[in-house]
Amino acid sequence: MSETLPTARSKRQALGPYGRVGKVVDELDDRLGIAKGGRVFLDKIFPDHWSFMLGEIALYSFVVLIATGVFLALYFVPSTNQIIYHGSYKPLRGQPVSEAYASTVNISFGVRGGLLIRQMHHWSADIFVGSIVVHMARIFFTGAFRKPRELNWTIGTTMLILAVLEGFIGYSLPDDLISGTGLRIGYSIAESIPFVGSYLVSFLWGGTFPGNVIIGRFYLIHVFIIPLVIFGLLGAHLTLLVTQKHTQFKGEGRTEKNVVGSPMFPTFMAKTTGFMFMVAGMTALLGAFAQINPIWQFGSYDPSKISYAVQPDWYMGWLDGALRIMPSWEFAGWGHTVPLEVFLPAVIFPGLIFNICFAWPALERRWTGDNELHNLLDRPRDRPKRTAAGAAMLALLFTLFAASSTDVLANYFHISLNVVLWAFRVLTIVVPIIAGFVTYGICLEMQGVQGIGKRKRAVIVHRSAQGEYSTVTAAPRPGDGHEELEPEPVPVRIDIASLAGTEEGNGQSSPTGARQVTR
Amino acid sequence: MSDEHEPSRTKVPMPLATLSDPHLGDSATHPSRVEAIIALILLVGTVLMAGFGAAYWQNWNPVILGGTMGAGLFLLGFGLTAWGKYLMPQGPFVEERHPVASSPEARGAMAAALVERSAVVVKRRKMLGGIFALGSGIFGIVAIFPLLRSLGPVPGTSLEHTDWRKGTLLVDSNGRSVSRGTLVPGGIMTVFPEGKENTSYGQAIDQTVLVRVPGGNLTTAPGRETWAPAGYVAYSKVCTHLGCPVGLYEQQLELLVCPCHQSMFNVRNGAVPQFGPAPRPLPQLPLYFDTDGNLRAQAGYDQAVGPGFFERSTTKENGT
Repeated sequence: MSETLPTARSKRQALGPYGRVGKVVDELDDRLGIAKGGRVFLDKIFPDHWSFMLGEIALYSFVVLIATGVFLALYFVPSTNQIIYHGSYKPLRGQPVSEAYASTVNISFGVRGGLLIRQMHHWSADIFVGSIVVHMARIFFTGAFRKPRELNWTIGTTMLILAVLEGFIGYSLPDDLISGTGLRIGYSIAESIPFVGSYLVSFLWGGTFPGNVIIGRFYLIHVFIIPLVIFGLLGAHLTLLVTQKHTQFKGEGRTEKNVVGSPMFPTFMAKTTGFMFMVAGMTALLGAFAQINPIWQFGSYDPSKISYAVQPDWYMGWLDGALRIMPSWEFAGWGHTVPLEVFLPAVIFPGLIFNICFAWPALERRWTGDNELHNLLDRPRDRPKRTAAGAAMLALLFTLFAASSTDVLANYFHISLNVVLWAFRVLTIVVPIIAGFVTYGICLEMQGVQGIGKRKRAVIVHRSAQGEYSTVTAAPRPGDGHEELEPEPVPVRIDIASLAGTEEGNGQSSPTGARQVTR
Repeated sequence: MSDEHEPSRTKVPMPLATLSDPHLGDSATHPSRVEAIIALILLVGTVLMAGFGAAYWQNWNPVILGGTMGAGLFLLGFGLTAWGKYLMPQGPFVEERHPVASSPEARGAMAAALVERSAVVVKRRKMLGGIFALGSGIFGIVAIFPLLRSLGPVPGTSLEHTDWRKGTLLVDSNGRSVSRGTLVPGGIMTVFPEGKENTSYGQAIDQTVLVRVPGGNLTTAPGRETWAPAGYVAYSKVCTHLGCPVGLYEQQLELLVCPCHQSMFNVRNGAVPQFGPAPRPLPQLPLYFDTDGNLRAQAGYDQAVGPGFFERSTTKENGT
C-alpha cells in the first residue's frame, strides 16, 4: 500500500460525515455521555401559542434585572452615612445627603450610561412582576395548574411574592424622600402585627426607626438573598417544566399523551433567543425614553419631610388602596393596642390572597373530585366557575389598585374625597361580585355559540361609483376552514440536498406534502 | 437503551415550511423574499449596535445611548424570531409524553424501603433517635437567637418615648428657637427638641408640628388650658396611622392633613381625626414661654407617638 499525503479531502473524510461538530460530539460523549440526552433535548417539542410567551417575558426580565443590577451594584454605596454632596448634579451641591442617595445620583449623572441602566433596572422590575402576574393568570384560566403541575404553581406563586418583596426593597435602597416614606410605612405595617410586631421591627431596623442599618441589610437581601432564592426556584420551575413537558391546547393530533409543536433546535431556540433580545430591547427603549423614579427631584430622605400625591410602584398599589379604604378600627383594651386599620388590610389581607393562590389547586381538586393527570388545557369558557372566580379576584385587586389614587381622583374630577372614599368602599365589594357573575354568564353564552374561537372568513366591503355599498366574501386564505396539519415525529436526519431543493423550489417539493388535513 | 426514543421516529428529512402550511403563507411561497427582509432587519440591528458603541464612546446623552441599544437589540431579536418563525421547520411535530410515574413495583419498593428500614431503626434504637431529635431541636431554637435576636435590641419602652422633656427648647431645622413673633396667626412650622434637629431620630420620632391659630390662648381639650399659649399649639408630626409626617396644613379649615392616606386632624380640638384611616388624635405637646420669650415644652408627650403597636397602652403616662 503506497503512502499518500493527507489531503483536505481525506482529512474531512477521516472526521466522518458530520465533520468537526461530529468530532466534538464524539469527544464529549466519550467523557460526559451527552449524546442521548442531548438529542432528546434538541428534539424537545414546544407547543406554539402566544400566551405561552408570557412566562418567557418574566424569565428574560429576570435576565435583564441581573445584568443591569450587577452594573448598579458596582457603583451603589449601601450606607445611610450623611455626607455633603459634591457631585455633578449642581442643584444638590452642598446639601447633606446620605451616601446611598449620593451614589444613586452619581450613577444617574456621573457614570457613563448609568442613568440608562438605572432606568432599565427599574422598568424591568415593573415588567418582571407584571409578566409574572399575567403569566399566572394564563396558567389559572387555562387550568394548567392542575395535576401534575400543582408544585410548579406553588413555586411560581412563591416567586411572585419574592418578586414583589424584592421590588419593594430595591425601591427603598436609594434612600430618597419617596422611598424613605415607603420604608416608614413598611415599618409601621410590620409594627402593627400583634405580639411580635415591635420586636420584629426593632430587630430588623436595629432599634427605632430609621436607625442606620436598614439600607445595608436591605442591600444584602436585595442583591444576594432574594435573587439567589428566585434563581433556585426558577431552576426548579424550568426543570419541572422540562420533565413534565408543556401543556397544550386541544387540537388536531393533540392528546393527553403527546406534545405537538416545533422542536427546541433550531426553531424554538431561534424564536426564544430572539424574544429575549426583544424583551431586553424594549426595556432599553423604555429606559431611554420613559423617565422613571427621578430621585434627584425628590431629595435625600428626611423623615420630617414629605411629598404629595406620590404612588408606590404599581404592584404595591393594591395594598395602598386597601389601607386607604379601611375604616379606622383600632382595637385598644386590656392594656394593649391592635391597629386593625393597618393589620387587617396590609398583613391579613395579602396573606389571605396569596394563601388562596397557594391553595387553589387543592381546593379545585376537592370541589371537582378530579384527581386525573391533565396535559390538555381548558378553554376558560369551558370552566365557567373557575373563570368567574379568577375574574372576581382580578376585579378586586384592580379596584383596590384604583383606590390607591383616591386623592388624585378627587383632585382631578373636583369631587369630595369623602365621596371618592365611600365609592371605593362600595366598589371594592360590588365590582368583584358583578365581574364574577358577568364572567360566568359570558362563559355560558360562549359555550353555546357555533364556531366560536375559529377564524372567520374575511369580508370585502365595496362602494360603487353610485355610492352603493355591497359586501363580498373574500377568497379563502391559508388557515381558513381550520385546516390543521397532522403532527409527525421530529425526523432523525435532515436530508440536506432535499432541504436545499425545497428552498430553491418554492417549497413545493416537500416530501411530506400530504400532511394537510381538512376538518 | 439508546433506542428507547427511536422507534417513534421515521427517517424523513426535516422539512421546511411547506406551501400548504396554513401558518406561513407567503414565506413558504417566496422564501428568498422573506430571507431578504430578515437580512435587512438584522443588518439595521447590527448598524444600530455599532451606533450604540459610538454613542457610548462619544458619551452622547442617555436617550441616544438607550435608543440605539434598545432598537438594535429589538431588531436583532425580531429578525432572529422571524427567521425561526418563517424559515425554520415548524412541524407540527409530535413527541410522546412518557409517564412521569414509576412502575407499581418501583413505588412499592420505595415505600417498603422507607417503612421497613425505619421500622427497624426506630424499634431498635428509639432512645438514640429521641436524643438526636431533642438535640437538633434545641439547636434549631437556639439558632434563632443569633439569627434574629442579635439583629437589634429588644424594643422595651423605646417606642413609648421621645426626646421631649420638661423645659426642652423648641427649635426649627436650623436650630433657631421660636419666640412669640416667629409665626403669624395661621402659620405653621416643624420643630424639634434643641440639639436633635439634625439627628435622624429627632427628624423621625421627635418631629413636632407647630401651628399658630388666631385668637390667643387655645384650649384644645379639658385639662389642656395652658398647653397652647398665644395660640401656639404643637402636635406630634408622626401620623397615628402609618407614621408619615403630617406635612400639609389646610389653613381655612385648620386641618392638618397626612398626604399618605389623607387622614385629617383638627388643630383646635386636640387633633382629633376628622377623616381618613388614622385611629387616634396626634399627641399634643404642652408649651410655655420661658423668661426669654422662647417656646419650651411643659413636659414630654403623655403617650407614645405614631402608629399603634401591641404593647402600646392608652392609659400609661410617659411624660418624662
